[in-house]
Parts: sequence; C-alpha cells; structure tokens
Amino acid sequence: MSQFFLLMENIIELNKVTKKFGGITALNKASLHVKKGEVVGLIGDNGAGKSTLIKTLVGVYSPDEGDIIIRGKEVNSWNALKAREAGIETVFQDRALTPQQSIVKNIFMGKELRYPFGFIKEKKQINEANRLIREIGFTSKLINAESAVGNLSGGERQGVAIARAIYNNAELIVLDEPTNNLSLNETQKVFDFVLNVKKSNRSVLFIGHNIYHVYDISDRFVILDRGEVVHELNKENVSSPEELMKIMRQTIISH
Amino acid sequence: MNNNKSFITNMFHKNGRALGSIGYFTLLMAIFLIGAPEAWIRPNLHQSVFVMMPTLIFLTIPLVFLVASGEIDLSFASTYAVAAYVFALLVKNGVDPAICFVAGVFTGAAIGALVGTLIVVFRLSSLVASLGVLFLLRGVILLLTKSRSITIMEVENHWIYPLLVGKFYGFPMQIFWAALFVIFCYYFFNKHVFGIHIQHVGDNSVSAEQMGINVSAVKIKAFMFVGIGAALGGIFTTLITYTFFPTQGFGYLLLALAAVFVGGTPYWGGLGTIIGAVFGVGVIAYMEIGIIAIGWSGEWRQFFNGLIILLALLGHRLHGERVR
Repeated sequence: MSQFFLLMENIIELNKVTKKFGGITALNKASLHVKKGEVVGLIGDNGAGKSTLIKTLVGVYSPDEGDIIIRGKEVNSWNALKAREAGIETVFQDRALTPQQSIVKNIFMGKELRYPFGFIKEKKQINEANRLIREIGFTSKLINAESAVGNLSGGERQGVAIARAIYNNAELIVLDEPTNNLSLNETQKVFDFVLNVKKSNRSVLFIGHNIYHVYDISDRFVILDRGEVVHELNKENVSSPEELMKIMRQTIISH
Repeated sequence: MNNNKSFITNMFHKNGRALGSIGYFTLLMAIFLIGAPEAWIRPNLHQSVFVMMPTLIFLTIPLVFLVASGEIDLSFASTYAVAAYVFALLVKNGVDPAICFVAGVFTGAAIGALVGTLIVVFRLSSLVASLGVLFLLRGVILLLTKSRSITIMEVENHWIYPLLVGKFYGFPMQIFWAALFVIFCYYFFNKHVFGIHIQHVGDNSVSAEQMGINVSAVKIKAFMFVGIGAALGGIFTTLITYTFFPTQGFGYLLLALAAVFVGGTPYWGGLGTIIGAVFGVGVIAYMEIGIIAIGWSGEWRQFFNGLIILLALLGHRLHGERVR
C-alpha cells in the first residue's frame, strides 16, 4: 500500500494555470501533473503553449492565476531557483547556455559547488564536469571541461545541458524539444537517457512536436491546444503513433 | 579541433586577453626606456605614477566587473567626487576620519545601487542613463560646494592617514592597498559566485535567468561595486592631496574606461580580465607621464591614448570574434 502511494505521488502539479502576455492568453486554466517515475509526453501544435506551460512549471514565468503544488504543498512566489532547489531540472529548447564560458561553468551555472562565503570549488567542479561529459558521451575526446561551449556542435551543446540536468539527481527532468536539430545517433542517446532516468524511478516531462519521438518514450500523453489541456491519455489506450496523431487531430478539431 | 592545437588554444583562450595588454605594457616601457633611459631610472618619475595608479586601479577594476556583466557606467567619475565630498565635509566637521572613510564608501555604494536600480528596473540604456547621472551628480556637487574646495590638513594627525597613504620604508601605502584590492578582485571575479554569475549574465542573460540566477540583482550589485571603487578612488586622492575640489574625478572618466578596454576586457560582455586591467592601468598611467619624460610635448598624450585604444580594439578582433 505504501509503495503504491509512493508510486502515485505527484512531484509537481499545476492547477488551472493562466498566463497572459499583453492581450494574448498563452495559457488558459491549464492543469498538468507529473507522478514519480513516469514519463509524460506533452504534445501540441506550434503555438499551442507548450513552452509557456513548461516555463511556468519551472519558474521562469510566474502565472497570472492558478496554483503550483510541489509534492502536495502549494508554493508561493515560484521562481527558477526554487524549482531547481525542489529537484526540477530543465533542458530548455535554446539549451540555456552561455557560449563564451567553459563547459564546467555552464554545467554548474546557478548551482555552483561552494565553499563558505561563496567561493567556488573549482577543482571539484572540473573533475565532476569531465566525468559527466564522458558519461553522457555527447562530446568528443578532444574537448574537456574547460573548453568554451561556443566551440561545440549542437549535439554536444545538448549534451552539456543534459549533463547539467542530471548532475543534481533531479526528481523531475523537463526536456523541451530535446531532439530538435539532432542527428539520429544523438536522438537515440537522448532516448537512452530518458529511459535511464525512468529506470531510477525519477520522472521526465518530454515536450516535442515529433509524435514518433514522444510516443516511443512516454507513459502518458497530454495534448495542449491554444493554451488549454484538451486531452490526456495513457499509453495503454493508444496502439501506435499514428493513432495518437489521429486522436490529437480530432481533439484539436473538436476543441 | 586538432589535439596539438587545443592545449595552446586553450591556454591562449584563458589568458590571451590579459597577455595582449601585458604585451602593450612591455612595448610601451621598452619604447620609453630606449627613448629616455636617463629619465626612466629616476625614481621620482615612477613616484608620480604611484600616485595616479592606485586611484585608477580602484576605478578601473570594478568597471571590468560591470562591463563583463554587459553594462557600462560613466557616472562613477561623479560618484568619486560625491564620496570624497562626504568624506571631506565630515572630516571638516570634526567627525572621526575613520568613520568619515566608511561613510564615504557607503555613499559610493548607495549611489551605485541607485544608478543600477534605475537602469535595471526601468530598462534604461546604461550608457545614456549613466551619462545623465554623471552630469546630474556633478551639478549637485557644484551647487552644494558653490565650486569651493575643502582642505583637510587635520587628517595627517589621525592614524588613518599613515595607514592608508603614508610611507612604508619610502614606499607609498596606497600602492599596497591597491595591490590588495587587485588580489581580492582577482579571486572575486574568477573564483567567487559573484564574478561567475556576472560572466554568465553578461554572456547570455536569458540563459542565466533560466538557470535561476537573479539577473537584476547581479547587475545592481555590479553597479554598486563600481560605486565603491569610485568612492575609494576619491577618498584616497583626497587624503593624498589633503584637498577635496568640486571638479575632482572628471579627468579620470575617460582614462579609466580606456584602461578597461586597453586591459583586454571586450565591450560585449561575458568576459573580463583583472590582470589585464592592471596592465591597462599601467599603460594609461605611464602614457600620462612617459610622453613628457622622453621629451615630447603633452599634446602627444591624447594622440597616443587614442592610438592604443584602437590597437586594443583590433587586438580584441584578432583574439577572436564573440562566440555565440
């Protein structure tokens, strides 16, 4: 029973969240939750509000209305730092890197390993970063933790962003369009990564517009359209990506 | 990237910008040494540099932080005078000079914080807004003092005077404090969360924000630091000369900015070098004196300052474009 409960625990829950930019309503009472150990695929057309939804979820935007509930507790003044402290790490669509800085600085950006008074454990950071980039296997052997991120390829940059997300043993990893502009090989690595996270009973929120990618790795699908969550369904109820696409089209048309 | 190259490129990448300004400094010294060897070995030439350099260091190094954060400040040249004015006025009114010193530094920090908040909260252009503050504060000073200076000979009898600007075995104490300030700033910029966050913010503020760095707070703190540096510069100069005068600091505006860029900190943000800036200050300070020492007229100073700024900018280009 207790294990069942643990399994059902919501890491995060957005309850009827509304976000407006000027006169445009980007999110309209959208609700979303992610349970422990599950992979949720968030799908929807361009402009459906996927990015706004996840940026609200991870504290980059603050919602105009609605509640954010972390492990059953409602939070006030949600922001990006609080989200990271709550164990939520994000691989943003733009990777959120600073290209003139080194890989190690990027991996520890905002969550530097510190001595008292804010001085940085530089050596430890470099060792950890070197270990991480090998582990991820995204970067070539010629690149080390002190190379500038600006010299890396798109896939390698994605590797740095992912290394950052896994370093802190996040409970929930949010991946916004992680397979964009990646080669087949690199895409497979992202999938392997998601499966590894799931295996360790942590959660993933996967945002993509490639239905095939989302279908393959998700346990549950959430369909977003014009800022509203229009449909939710479990993998058991969908037999193929084609069917998912059909369902998505129908719900969007009838919405 | 090939393997052989990567060590050298890495090494150059980490230190190249500082190496550039060290190169300018060495070149300049070599020219002066060849041009006027007899003037160059006289200690009083270097002594006058020792008066100017600490002040210029207090002004320039914090500017490296600010420029690396992607902002610029011109108002520091007036903050300098405001802090010095507060210091001198309090001393004149019989307040303990040590307390006056702290009050002056706090004044600088407060002005910096105000300027920074104004720029960050209202999203103003830091160049234009700080230009406004530069004139505004200078106007306030001129109005308050009615353009009269304040002499504070009495500080000489207080322990703060020998401690800050006295002589230690013939060696001016301000050089020691400036050196300490440089070491502190080196660690603060390269090994401390403050400096690292400044570099992230100046590099890509959207990324920094997404990773939970409070971009506004980082920028305001950088402006504050510039205010503190300006106050230190103003107070030290006032102590050395026993005099506050209302136009104080104005002459340092362009010199300090020049030292930042000659020192190898690029204008576009995200990068900066403290060691480079020290040599940048060295170039500017020796240029002021060296031109005369080798027997050329003072008019050449500005010409060469200009030339070296352009060379420094070309150096930024040669070192590499901004990577995105």
